[in-house]
Order: sequence, then structure tokens, then C-alpha cells
Amino acid sequence: MDIDWSMVFDWVTLLKCFLTGGIICIIGQILIDKTKLTPARILVIFVTTGAILGGLGIYKYLVDFAGSGATVPLTGFGYNLAKGTIEEVQQSGLIGAFTGGVKSAAGGIAAAVFFGYIASLISKPKMKKQ
Amino acid sequence: MNPIESKETYKTYVDKKSPPSTIVKNCFNAFWVGGLICTVGQVIFNICKERGFDAQMSSTIVSILLIGISAFLTGLNLFNKIGKFAGAGSLIPITGFANSIVSPAMEYKSEGYVMGVGGKMFTVAGPVLVFGISTAIIVGIIYLIFNTQSITLV
Repeated sequence: MDIDWSMVFDWVTLLKCFLTGGIICIIGQILIDKTKLTPARILVIFVTTGAILGGLGIYKYLVDFAGSGATVPLTGFGYNLAKGTIEEVQQSGLIGAFTGGVKSAAGGIAAAVFFGYIASLISKPKMKKQ
Repeated sequence: MNPIESKETYKTYVDKKSPPSTIVKNCFNAFWVGGLICTVGQVIFNICKERGFDAQMSSTIVSILLIGISAFLTGLNLFNKIGKFAGAGSLIPITGFANSIVSPAMEYKSEGYVMGVGGKMFTVAGPVLVFGISTAIIVGIIYLIFNTQSITLV
């Protein structure tokens, strides 16, 4: 199958993606350096923020602008949950609020659980250095 | 010059000078590593698009690949090195989610494969899923009540 590599390496898209993704990471880095928040809390904050912004319909503009620059950071995971929920609510009402989110993030969650477990099994035990 | 005074001056000088410069350096590293991870995701996304997957499926494939790669890099103790250098640059992208699953699981491997690995996997990922999914459900219920996304009125 032929792949149009000029479309794959479209510089404008990649640059927008790089800048947006980088800026979101800078926000995270400032939170780490300036506050006493643990990484776990920062991850929770990012996912929740993404879900709220997704629910408000704001995050969609960022995704349209930056593509993976907005969906790969964890805010995008939250956005994905919220988007799936809203789409499912439109189709099947209240029950959609419970099925939609996980359904649209299912691939990521399942991959994280599966690969996470396999990778832990094959991991080398940590060497005590220093 | 009084030695204590000069020590204090030195201390205030260090306090004034050192944190911003580390933050600037950390932010710069976070920026380009994070941006690079997102760009890799975009390249995978574009390839999937070219092969005829729709946008939703393509971004799922991107998540699965990035999660898989970073899980195994964590298992091989390589991800920690990237993480030390890049800080939030590798934590905030979905790679950090995979890393947060594997690192506690590795640590508690000695407690067994069910409660050790299987249980501790979710020390960090558990809260992320709890709050992410709960927020999404609340968003869905609010949407159902008001039948609108308040700002855009979609």
C-alpha cells in the first residue's frame, strides 16, 4: 500500500503539534518545580482538567489546532473520556454517561494494563547503585 | 567584612539566582522532550490516517503504541533516565501514565505476581482512572441535564 510521505511529514502540522505538546509539558514542569505536588497528583490534575475542558467544548479547538500535540498529553486522555461520554449520552441517554467514557478510552486503558503487567514481569530487578 | 553577613548575602544571592535558572532549564528540557513525544505520536497518527483508519481509531493506535513502548522502556530501566532529564516532558504525555503503572509494579515484584505486581500497578494509575472516569460521568450527566456544552452551545 502506498503512503504519501509528504502528508505524513507535513511540517506545519508537526510544528503545531510540537509547540502545543511542549507548552503543555512546560505547564506541568512549572507545577512540579513551583508547588509541592507529587507527580501522581499532577497526573490527576491534568486528566481532570482535560475532562472538564473537554466537557465545556474548549479542548476541542486545541485538538483541531494541534492534533496529537493535544491528544497525547494526559489532558487529551481526559478529553477523550469526556468526548466519548457526551457522544454516548447523545445516543443513549443516561446510561451513556457510564458507558461512553471508558468505551472511547478502552484501547489506552487496556494497553496500559496489559503492557504494564507484561513489562513489569520481564523487568530487570533494580540494581542498587551509588 | 563580617563573615556571617557575607554568608547571608551569599545565601540570599544563591536563593535569588539558582531556582529560576533550574526552572528555565527544566522547562526547556520538558518542552522539547514533550514536544518530541507528541510529534512522534502525530507521525504515527498521520501514517494511520494514510492507511485509512478514522481519526478516533488512529489516536487509539497512537495511545496503544506509545503506552506499549514506554512500558517496556520502564521495564528495562531506560525510562527513568529520560524522566530524570526531561521531568514533565516525559511525565505529562501518555508515556508518563504507562511509566506510573510499571515503576511501582517493578518495585513490589517481590510481594508476588498477583498482589505485588497486579495490585501495586494501580498506585498512581488508580487515582488517575478514578478521577478521570468520575469527571467524565459528571460531565455526561450535566450534559444530559442541560443538553448543552455550556460555552460552545454545541
